[in-house]
Amino acid sequence: MSCDFSNLRLDFPVLDQHVGGHPLVYLDNAATTHKPRAVIDAIARFYERDNSNVHRGLHALSMRATDGYEAARERTAKFINASESAEVVFTSGTTASVNLVAQGWARDNLQPGDVVVCTEMEHHSNMVPWQIVCQQTGATLRYIPVLGENAEGGLDLAAFDELLKEKVKLVAFTHISNTLGTINPAAEICAKAKAAGALTLVDGAQSAGHENVDVQAMDCDFYVFSGHKMAAPTGIGVLYGRKALLDAMSPWQGGGGMISTVAYEGSQWKPSPERFEAGTPNVADAIGLHAAMDYLDSVGRPAIGRHESELAALAYDALSDLPGIRILGPGEGQPRAGLVSFAFEGVHAHDVVTFADQDGVALRGGHHCNQPLMRKLGLPSTTRASFYLYNTPADVDALVASMRRILKFFGVE
Amino acid sequence: MSDLTDLYQAVILDHNKRPRNRGRVPQATRVASGDNPTCGDNCTVYLQMDGDRIGKIGFDGSGCAISQASASLMTTQLAGKTLAEAEGQFAEFRDIVTTGKEPEEFSEVAAFAGVHAFPARIKCATLSWHAAIDALKKPDSPVEE
Repeated sequence: MSCDFSNLRLDFPVLDQHVGGHPLVYLDNAATTHKPRAVIDAIARFYERDNSNVHRGLHALSMRATDGYEAARERTAKFINASESAEVVFTSGTTASVNLVAQGWARDNLQPGDVVVCTEMEHHSNMVPWQIVCQQTGATLRYIPVLGENAEGGLDLAAFDELLKEKVKLVAFTHISNTLGTINPAAEICAKAKAAGALTLVDGAQSAGHENVDVQAMDCDFYVFSGHKMAAPTGIGVLYGRKALLDAMSPWQGGGGMISTVAYEGSQWKPSPERFEAGTPNVADAIGLHAAMDYLDSVGRPAIGRHESELAALAYDALSDLPGIRILGPGEGQPRAGLVSFAFEGVHAHDVVTFADQDGVALRGGHHCNQPLMRKLGLPSTTRASFYLYNTPADVDALVASMRRILKFFGVE
Repeated sequence: MSDLTDLYQAVILDHNKRPRNRGRVPQATRVASGDNPTCGDNCTVYLQMDGDRIGKIGFDGSGCAISQASASLMTTQLAGKTLAEAEGQFAEFRDIVTTGKEPEEFSEVAAFAGVHAFPARIKCATLSWHAAIDALKKPDSPVEE
């Protein structure tokens, strides 16, 4: 199966513009991706024809809105191969999904002496919620180390084996690092955790929408992701959880839609997923998410992943030739997701990003929500170029040309 | 479009490459730090007072060219100044970086006028100045190594 990626840019209206007098080269996809016309149209269509509140409604529009919302749930279950749609909870995004598990599951199930394991390459959103719940419960948070002076060695799985000898209740880790481009062996980590009696939460913010995800094959307990990093709108995200686990969890927020009966003395909760969706849900963006999943699968996720990795490899090769560059994450020829993070000796990432912006090249500079890892690597910040399906080899050329111009300006080259 | 050469004038590039007064002042009696959590920039300013005037001044930290050059230039501007004089200079500097207005008298700080066209970078330029004013407002006390 092959797809012509050179024309996909035309499906994304926002890409049709100039920045700084140059055609926009958008390489900040790990932060957020753009939305194809099909997604924008699906959201507009909902507001133009079907807008209504979901559930409990007995009129035509409410029934259409409910059908659309629940169809999005079905589609999501299929997208990640959940065994049933009730395992899909809609949230506002990855961060909310992690916090839901931290407060809905971990807070009730952790006690002093228990250990939560995450990794040194976690995004703050899969680190801080565990710090908070460990503070609340007296449990301890431990980290799987990252190997190599440029983090090229990935996770230290031997150290992980050692950590698992403690009373580990949960292992929460990122599938693909937003800072390094490292692809972690999710199934292997889940299997080790399971053998040690721990639950697993996989942060799929950078993997959903970039490759086929099968939560049953991965054998994880929770898988979380955001719509906006995979061509869907902001404000919609997913918590996948095993049904039995979700049904045993406490609600995170109380309100309408999540209760079976309410009395002045107390209330009883609905089962998942409604238990975790108090208040009016984000119906329009769930429908947008549905359209994004259809769009991505029409292109083919394995092909998208290959395309991004090819661009990242091209960028890695070309950037490697630049003087004073330090590239983080997997080394040459090693598997790498569709992003490259790098730092120049003598030119700060924020200067790089400001400069590149003048060439129409949108990058991200900073700590990428991973301050502890930056500290460990001895870097204040890095510049990151991250690719998606609409990027092309010409975008890599524009990136490298811009970097050469910057180095010349700062007198490095 | 604002030209980058306006932003990164020769003065800024020079101070970034050859920072003046970089490093801690051995006999410092006042110290203050500041950081921009969103970009990870940080700056520490060391002062050795001579009466109510700055005797020696130094800075440490890491950040972009604008923050580093601004810190370097700040030390050359504030050496020998009292708190009131330093606050006056900071007000003028802040005016330059937020409005792009050039100073009445020729000064190297004019190089920072280009920053105003890049609002996200204004805090880079003012970081070290804030730290210096904070340090000036503190009482004298031995600064620990």
